Order: sequence, then C-alpha cells, then structure tokens
Amino acid sequence: MRIMIPTPLRQYADKKDAVEVKAGTVGEALSGLTARHPELRKHLYTDDGRLRAFVNVYLNDEDIRYLGKEQTPVNEGDTLSIVPSIAGGSLIS
Amino acid sequence: MLKIGESEFNALRAHGEETYPHECCGVLLGRMQDEDENEDAERHVLEIVRCGNTRDDRPQDRYHIDPRDLVRIQRQGRERGLDIVGFYHSHPDHPARWSQTDLAEAHWIGCSYVITSVEKGRAVTTNSFALHGSGEDDKHFEDEPVEVSAAKVLVREFEAE
Repeated sequence: MRIMIPTPLRQYADKKDAVEVKAGTVGEALSGLTARHPELRKHLYTDDGRLRAFVNVYLNDEDIRYLGKEQTPVNEGDTLSIVPSIAGGSLIS
Repeated sequence: MLKIGESEFNALRAHGEETYPHECCGVLLGRMQDEDENEDAERHVLEIVRCGNTRDDRPQDRYHIDPRDLVRIQRQGRERGLDIVGFYHSHPDHPARWSQTDLAEAHWIGCSYVITSVEKGRAVTTNSFALHGSGEDDKHFEDEPVEVSAAKVLVREFEAE
C-alpha cells in the first residue's frame, strides 16, 4: 500500500512524497514506515508510543479514528495519508 | 520568502472580506525550492484552494480546516505536480500577526502561514510567517518577505468529491 507523506515530514523520509509498504493493518503500515525512516517516529508518536493528537491519519478518505484506529485492516491498493492538522485563530483564549 | 501571483494574493485577501466577521482559511499549493536549506527555502504559490472554516462554535476568532479536505487537496495537488506549501487565514478586526493560538496549532514546519487583517470588512495588511524548527519543542514563526508578481495564476474553489 501507499503512504502519502506531507511536505513537513518529507525531510525525514528521504524527501519522498509517498512510500510503499506491505502491511495488514494501519499500525503495521506505520511501523513499516518508521522502521524504514526512524526519524519520522518522534514526529508521529508521543514518547509513550501514541499517535500525536494533531496527526490525522486517513485510510483513503476515512479518518482511522472512526474506523478501527491502528488495528484497521488495509488492502494492497489502499492509500494512507498523514495530514497534520491546520487550525489557529486570532485570540489566545 | 513567499512568492505569490497578484491575482492569488488578491483572491486570498478577498476571501477574508467575504467571510468577515468570520475567519476564512485555505491552502497554498505550489513548489518548494532549496529544500536542503530549509531556513532559506522559497515557497512559490501557484494556486490557492479555498476551504470552509469548520469552527462553527467561534468562527470569528478560530479556524480549522477539515483534514479530509487536506487529504484530497494533497492528493489532487500531487496529481498536478503541486505540493502544499502553506496556508492562509484572516484575522477579523485583529492585526495580521500570528497569535499564540496560531503557533500552538501550527504543525507544518517548513511551510508558510499567511495572515490577513480584515478591519470592518476590508482587507488591510497581509503578512506571511514561515514555521521553522526541528519539531514541536522548538517550532517558531519567522517573518518572511512576500513577493507578489503579476503572473497569471489559478484560483480554484475546493469541491468535495
């Protein structure tokens, strides 16, 4: 399957915009990605090994939080997209 | 340095006027240059993509882009050889400077965050800030110059598939 790498993380993935991995679940796909590109790990996961809250992972067009999270099964032709969130605002509180 | 066409520049400012008194938001598609030297990278904006603000609870001082839109914009951009190089939003009746909220919520290191102040419905100042750093611990915004050119550019309304 293909994993799409967003622009800010490509510097930790040999500048690739997409990486092909073999996996049975979303978690295996992300493990395969970080095994190949270890520097990505700290940008995707907290110290206790959970996906960072602002890191959205979409299997095709669906948020994995609303599927089976990292246990979600994947197929060879699927695309996994990593998209850090985009938000902000003018006032502090 | 952010390079952007005049019509795109005007379009993102007009977007802020249209959504006033709410914040507008959108994505800048284009190409990165000098990626090896990130601190001096140039971002060339070739297209802007308008997005909806999902923060219905307080749209006057918050914005959020649906990640599903980002997934599609990233994919559709890639099909045309364009990358996400930055984002824009407006500050209704507030200066065109980044806020602590903007910094806390910014995660696309190496990208540009363009902010337009809109006062009483009129776009006033547009500034760009490049997000630098090696990660969440040391990320920070730096002022960056904006070069507006008269080249013809495309403005595309993002449409959900």
